[in-house]
Amino acid sequence: MLIALLAEGAAQGHLPDDAPPPFPPFETWHMPSQLFWLAILFTTLYFTLSRWILPKLSDTLEKRSDRIASDLDQAARLNDQATEAQQALELRLAQARNKARETSEKASEKMATEMAAETARVDAEIAKKLEAADARIASLRASAMKNVEQIAVDTAEVMTARFGLKASAADLKSAVSAAMEKK
Amino acid sequence: MNFLLPSAAIDPIHQFQVTKWLELNIGGVDLSFTNASGFMLLGVVLTIAFFGVAASKGLLVPSRLQSMAEIGYGFVADMVRGVAGEEGLKFFPFVFTLFFFIFFANMIGMVPYAFTTTSHIIVTGALALLVITVVIGYGFMKHGMHFLGLFAPSLGDMHILGKIGLYAILIPIEVVSFVARPLTLSLRLFANMLAGHIMLKLFAAFAVIGLTAGGIGYVVGPLAFSMGVALNALEFLVAGLQAYVFAILTCVYLNDALHPGH
Repeated sequence: MLIALLAEGAAQGHLPDDAPPPFPPFETWHMPSQLFWLAILFTTLYFTLSRWILPKLSDTLEKRSDRIASDLDQAARLNDQATEAQQALELRLAQARNKARETSEKASEKMATEMAAETARVDAEIAKKLEAADARIASLRASAMKNVEQIAVDTAEVMTARFGLKASAADLKSAVSAAMEKK
Repeated sequence: MNFLLPSAAIDPIHQFQVTKWLELNIGGVDLSFTNASGFMLLGVVLTIAFFGVAASKGLLVPSRLQSMAEIGYGFVADMVRGVAGEEGLKFFPFVFTLFFFIFFANMIGMVPYAFTTTSHIIVTGALALLVITVVIGYGFMKHGMHFLGLFAPSLGDMHILGKIGLYAILIPIEVVSFVARPLTLSLRLFANMLAGHIMLKLFAAFAVIGLTAGGIGYVVGPLAFSMGVALNALEFLVAGLQAYVFAILTCVYLNDALHPGH
């Protein structure tokens, strides 16, 4: 089948002769036409490529590399800005922290002084009150002691009277005070 | 099962046959539009269409097509810059055109039944001569007679007799190697494309003949077929590589024109 097709196609071409067929690349009849068409076509291709297509391609490539370069520039610039902002933020944070520490220190100092003053005031008041109380206790005790002497004199008078003796008030008094002194 | 195959079907040379598509005769010179011209035109149209469409949008974020075109642009630009330096970039459009002209011609040639324009010595020879013409023309234009210093590398401090003796050997060698450049440049591409396509055709024909012949052919046919598949992959590599080699050697020669002192 295939052979038949090949044979049919070949029959339309050249027929085998006894003489060996010429080697086509070395035949000379077609050389002028080959050169002619090569010159036309190669020139056409050269000018089409160099005048129209290659400039377009190089424009595109240049545009792209420009764009990439400018994009990279912008990215670097934005990165710088971000770094700056970060630094500014850190500076601000540090300042705020310092300020907060200062404020709290000041507040605690103030509180400490206030507390010391208050304590001193309260201590003084308490001391004053204690003093007054002591004085009052002493006077109360003195008056109480005086009463005790009188009671003792009265008791001694009653007791001597029961024994049927009679003693003068001065004697009784001196005797009681002597007894109390002895004690 | 003995088919006598017509020679055109198995003839590995038949694929290089030039046939006229449109008769054109100017001043007695046959300038017919042939299948070779047709496939060359296809290559040029495809190159312009590919890069034209890819470059037309100029998107900042490239589409896939645009990305491919930009990779091609960068590839050739890096090649020129790497070999010939920043000054070499004035030849960038020339090298770019050469590379993609040959690349598309080679790749179109990989399509079955397509004609490989670069398998004709007249085409590769003309391209190589164009390169050398540009090199010589630019060399003399920029450096004047100093361009001839290319053939006489500086020898540093040396006795005058020693210099004369060395130059007597060196200059002929440099001249011969320079003259050989267009030859090797054109033959390398021509021979690679020609030999590759002959091999592909031979193995493909072997596969068909083997299967139709039967017997041992049932072993040979599949073997030849798998060999053909492997060769096909190799030929794709060669198609790209030869375009690259042609372009990079062009850069090397242009570098000589730009900086003739060794």
